[in-house]
Amino acid sequence: MMNETDLKLFARNVRKETLEIVYKAKASHIGGAFSMVDLLTILYNGILNINPHDPHWKDRDRFLLSKGHACSSLYTTLALTGYFPVKDLQSYGTDGSIYLSHASHKVPGVELSTGSLGHALPVGCGLALAAKRKQENWRVFILVSDGELDEGSNWEAILFAPQHRLDNLVLIVDYNKIQSMGNVKDVIDLHPLREKFLAFNWNVIESDGHDFNQLQKAFSGLPIGGLKPTVIIAHTIKGKGVQFMENKLLWHYKSPSEKEYKEALNLLENLE
Amino acid sequence: MRTAFITKLAELARKDDSIFLIVGDLGFSVVEPFANEFPARFLNAGIAEQNMTGIAAGLAKEGFNVFTYSIGNFPTLRAMEQIRYDVCYHNLNVNIVSVGAGFAYGSLGASHHATEDIGMMRTLPNMRVFSPGDPLEAQLVTEYVANHPGPSYLRIGKAGESLVHKPNQDISIQKIIPVIIKTNSDTAVIATGSILNYAYEYLKENQEKPYDLYSCPTIKPIDKDSLVKLAEKYSQLITLEEHQKSAGFGSMILESFHDLMEKYPDFVLPKIKRIAIPDAFINVSGSQTFLRQQMGLIF
Repeated sequence: MMNETDLKLFARNVRKETLEIVYKAKASHIGGAFSMVDLLTILYNGILNINPHDPHWKDRDRFLLSKGHACSSLYTTLALTGYFPVKDLQSYGTDGSIYLSHASHKVPGVELSTGSLGHALPVGCGLALAAKRKQENWRVFILVSDGELDEGSNWEAILFAPQHRLDNLVLIVDYNKIQSMGNVKDVIDLHPLREKFLAFNWNVIESDGHDFNQLQKAFSGLPIGGLKPTVIIAHTIKGKGVQFMENKLLWHYKSPSEKEYKEALNLLENLE
Repeated sequence: MRTAFITKLAELARKDDSIFLIVGDLGFSVVEPFANEFPARFLNAGIAEQNMTGIAAGLAKEGFNVFTYSIGNFPTLRAMEQIRYDVCYHNLNVNIVSVGAGFAYGSLGASHHATEDIGMMRTLPNMRVFSPGDPLEAQLVTEYVANHPGPSYLRIGKAGESLVHKPNQDISIQKIIPVIIKTNSDTAVIATGSILNYAYEYLKENQEKPYDLYSCPTIKPIDKDSLVKLAEKYSQLITLEEHQKSAGFGSMILESFHDLMEKYPDFVLPKIKRIAIPDAFINVSGSQTFLRQQMGLIF
């Protein structure tokens, strides 16, 4: 496991590379891509049991990104972890590129194409069930956005996972409190989210989604046990890392201008 | 037909330990033989078809050859996007089985009438569409999809359908299969699904009708060679299906003939009549036979 300084450095590099590809491709969704960077950083630096040189290694932990629109930071995380060269991402969002601006399973390390919301948790339940039925020990991690918990398919799966004792399944909620058209609490309020999951018979961990010490504790020692799935509710900040993007709905959509790109890059380089 | 399916699936599962059956809390007194014999490869996913289909995709990603099973529109339309994106886009081994094609659940009403499913399923890339006409075809289709990777849709009848073919008859379900061949017929009926039996009985009783009868259990991919042969032999074709006219089986035949005309400039298109549901729902109770008559699915 990396120390906190190295984790911060990795996360900063993910944000810088993500900013660059989103800027060059004139793409969207940088706010949601940045809110989950620290979660990806912890996962890909000591939590997930993976081999970047063998993406299909059969005993690997499976990671599914459900909020496929935020894939820019997943791609950069995968590149910086060694799945493919960082320079390959220069084609992100361009004609003929495998680096689509929604998560694509053609990209090494991406388990499932996503983009329509509410798909990865049911598929993840299928993966976790397969591991159970085959008596294999790998785990399944699924990262969802808060807004996509509006989708009924997620709640079908949230009912299903404890019924089938899928303790090898970990759901991570990137709870940045802003969804496509406004604040989560003003659109479809999720509060009290912890109590909802407890009532559905899940293990619940809440964590600051940007504090590596807290995240380290949250993600270590999974599965927790009790024959239940686990949800990690990660309280995050949309646009985290670039002050003028933080907690701003606009950055769900906006592509940075040249001025904003330079300013954001400068802010990231001077990040603690 | 559902018993024929489950019997065949259990038989296949004895040899192939990747076969996995998921039901959407339906199949009472049908699926138990499989569930009891293969508990580790059986799952009742509950009344949650989107999740069921996502789970099927997950299991298929891990090497299982998955069959999802429910009735009417539930395993198809209810989970349409999971089928399109999770199953078809990833080209996974998920075989969707729906019991109660057409008006098989007649008196249960429009919620249970599977009359748009062919159209929905056949537009999906990678998806193959099967609509067996009798229990023998249902068994052969089940065996075929179990042995051919990729997504497929099996639209089967309910219970008690008669055999149209002879038991153990050697038929190729990928082709358009001759059922009744009279001398000097200039018209052929091509039926898909359990309405085949209606056509079979009708044409047996009405010998004076100069119609030959064919069954087409494989709607997609349609067998182009069979179509060319039919066009050479008959001046008129009648398609018969228990499905909306729009985007259904007859539409598939028309489109396929059109493609053949583009490919072969000399190709002569036979006259084609489509018997199908005329863009309508039905809102009265009735048996399958009654509802077929109401919708004009008769000669």
